[in-house]
Amino acid sequence: MLSYVLKRMLLILPVALGVSVVCFLLVHLSPGDPLTAILPTDASAETQAEMRKLYGFDQPLPVQFVLWLGRVLTGDLGTSIATGRPVAFEVGRAVVNSVILAAAATLIGFFFGSLFGFVAGYFRNSWIDKLASFLAVIGVSVPHYWLGMVLVIIFSVQLNLLPATGGGPNGSSDARSLDWDYLRFLILPAVTMSVIPMGIIARTLRALVAEILSQEFVQGLTAKGLLDRGVFAHVVKNAAPTAFAVMGLQLGYLLGGSILIETVFAWPGTGFLLNTAIFQRDLPLLQGTILVLAMFFVVLNLVVDVAQAAVDPRVKRS
Amino acid sequence: MVTRRLWKSLATGILLLGSTALASAGGTLRVGMTASDIPLTTGQTDNGGEGMRFLGYTAYDSLIEWDLTTSDKPSTIIPGLATSWTVDATDKTKWTFKLRPGVKFHDGSEFNADTVVWNFEKLLNKDAAQFDPRQSAQGRSRIPAVASYKAIDPLTVEIVTKTPDATLPYQLAWIMMSSPANWEKQGKNWDNYAKSPSGTGPWKIVSFVPREKAEMVPNADYWDKTRVPKLDKLVVIPLPEPSARVAALRSGQVDWIEAPAPDTVPSLKSAGFKIVTNAYPHNWTWHLSRVEGSPWNDIRVRKAANLAVDREGMKELLSGLMIPAEGFMPPGHQWFGKPTFKLKYDPEAAKKLLAEAGYSPAKPLETKILISPSGSGQMLPLPMNEFVQQNLAEVGIKVSFEVVEWNTLINIWRAGAKHESSKGATGMNYTYFIQDPFTGFMRHLQCNLAPPAGTNWGYYCDPAMDKLFDEVRTTFDPAAQQKTLEKIHEKYVDEALFLMVTHDVNARAMSAKVKGFVQAQNWFQNFSSITMD
Repeated sequence: MLSYVLKRMLLILPVALGVSVVCFLLVHLSPGDPLTAILPTDASAETQAEMRKLYGFDQPLPVQFVLWLGRVLTGDLGTSIATGRPVAFEVGRAVVNSVILAAAATLIGFFFGSLFGFVAGYFRNSWIDKLASFLAVIGVSVPHYWLGMVLVIIFSVQLNLLPATGGGPNGSSDARSLDWDYLRFLILPAVTMSVIPMGIIARTLRALVAEILSQEFVQGLTAKGLLDRGVFAHVVKNAAPTAFAVMGLQLGYLLGGSILIETVFAWPGTGFLLNTAIFQRDLPLLQGTILVLAMFFVVLNLVVDVAQAAVDPRVKRS
Repeated sequence: MVTRRLWKSLATGILLLGSTALASAGGTLRVGMTASDIPLTTGQTDNGGEGMRFLGYTAYDSLIEWDLTTSDKPSTIIPGLATSWTVDATDKTKWTFKLRPGVKFHDGSEFNADTVVWNFEKLLNKDAAQFDPRQSAQGRSRIPAVASYKAIDPLTVEIVTKTPDATLPYQLAWIMMSSPANWEKQGKNWDNYAKSPSGTGPWKIVSFVPREKAEMVPNADYWDKTRVPKLDKLVVIPLPEPSARVAALRSGQVDWIEAPAPDTVPSLKSAGFKIVTNAYPHNWTWHLSRVEGSPWNDIRVRKAANLAVDREGMKELLSGLMIPAEGFMPPGHQWFGKPTFKLKYDPEAAKKLLAEAGYSPAKPLETKILISPSGSGQMLPLPMNEFVQQNLAEVGIKVSFEVVEWNTLINIWRAGAKHESSKGATGMNYTYFIQDPFTGFMRHLQCNLAPPAGTNWGYYCDPAMDKLFDEVRTTFDPAAQQKTLEKIHEKYVDEALFLMVTHDVNARAMSAKVKGFVQAQNWFQNFSSITMD
């Protein structure tokens, strides 16, 4: 087992190098000038050249890459050009906010997704099934940003119940508690984000429940005289592992943050940060954020692989 | 039973929500900015005009300031931390500034001639301990005239310019004075200074969360008693996404937003929000190339284009949020003068001029213009440019667009019309900050400011115009200088040097609770007179 884990960890190195090369090139080859964000538009050529030198943009690209990689290896992601703050600080704050949003969205999505899925599967082809399936299809196909705006119009503008934008009453960083003043900022973005996992979980579970219901042991349970409620409990138990697996996958997907949702709600997560960094051509921030997110997925994959190997020894051999 | 309890708690929750919304109003003004981050808080801000508006002139002062107290006439420069200034009678490069006595920074330290010198060093002297590259990037290109500076006595500073330059006072209005004592206290570190800043301005920055909000409270000891803020607190929140800004205003999360999109204005008005607008020194133009081979070298073509644009029609397109151009400066501006060429909508006259130049709708002039899909100050560039395109096509100018992203357009603007990045375009849709003689006139058309030396994108060069620019720099009598500036503007209009289309009106939307705001005809504003109901 240990050797398997070590082998998998060694494999991360080339992947990480590849990721860093790609994200460095993507960012540097796109048109635009990172200094535009910090210089007045009519700054003299001399000032521009000096700032270029100060930030190291006067060096050839390969040299810039090696210098950047060297700093990254020592844990220094550099400094944001637009804000002057360390990239690690900016990304760290944003990641925490994105994780909170993703976790909340997954919980909401899992709850309603399972509810719709079980009910639809259990009452297959009834009107309840049709309604639940309809909601699930909407969940998978409705555009996020549109739903976000509609929810804002209803709950913030018309009913004035929930805040339209932002990460908390005093900014996100000094409100990590579970109090209502803070939570109310989370509700609309989390609900908007939850519709996709909700739809996917519901559709998966509906099919699964229908399949379980057609199995012989269910007939056996009924023949044994078990009431519907008891049978349902058995079905739930059989479907639960798949439901959790799907939820785990969705959580991983949502952790990357959503540029659209975070921008619509000005939620200070990684998606919002990326959007800003792209428009400002804040190259160090862009590189840092992409790299952190990419590494996040690499590590997540490793954890999943190792966990699977621990459960199922066949994985190790393949 | 359970459901009843649930309803009860829900109802209490809703009531609580309502009460928190009420409690947060009071004497606090919350502003939604278009910037995506809190502008730099160390003194010389970033994020352009908006940065200076909300975190520059609020917390800091400059030696010379803009008069922001009236809305009915263009603002002029007035004494700030300097009470008076004179230029030496024999040596026109030598200026003496008398400083305001008794002014204190928010940290309690004293403002004097040494602090002024220290602040110039902060921007201009790379070897000074307090040199700050971030502030320098913002500030030094604003004071190109300054050659040296020294303290004569605690309340007198001498500034020497590179060449005689009467526009120095305008340049100095950009330069914010940070506190040397606070910099020492913060471990001689500008990053720490940014977290607990100190200036001499009417507002003190008391806290900020990067990218989320900054809070300011009044400086009760401010030296100008008429500008001690009446509010308890001013909060600025970055909301770069236009629809998020409107939603925040409509849901009562902020009381004021900058730049509401024109299509949201009717619904904001009907929901009881105030839309405040005023003229200010901004223009929306096509900057024309004067490189050899450009069709715009023919004055008949330039005039025809200016006569072909239906500016009133465009105003309807923008829900009224624009001022049709009558010149390069907004109508009524103190430098407007009396140009003889009137920018009216007269397609017939335009066709006649074009016919003289050898073009007609059947045999149109074909050319390419650079535009951007969005950008700071660009208003609604796509529909507006298409509108102009259609107007021009009707008289016989067939324009095709080269659309590039805003950041790229800025770089092309710096590179010039001859540069390959301009892709042979003969014009560029660019909007201008035109608040002082340099940004208003000189940088666009002075011969030696053609790229890469400056931003005369179109390589215009006319010795007669250069002579007028020199005259502005060497005329130290304000009234005489004003006359020359009028002459320059008349030349801009009479020779149709730009395609002059419109001026933005600096629209902001605010809740009816906001009282006492006077929108100055300026990029900067005064927040001291505001109260909240």
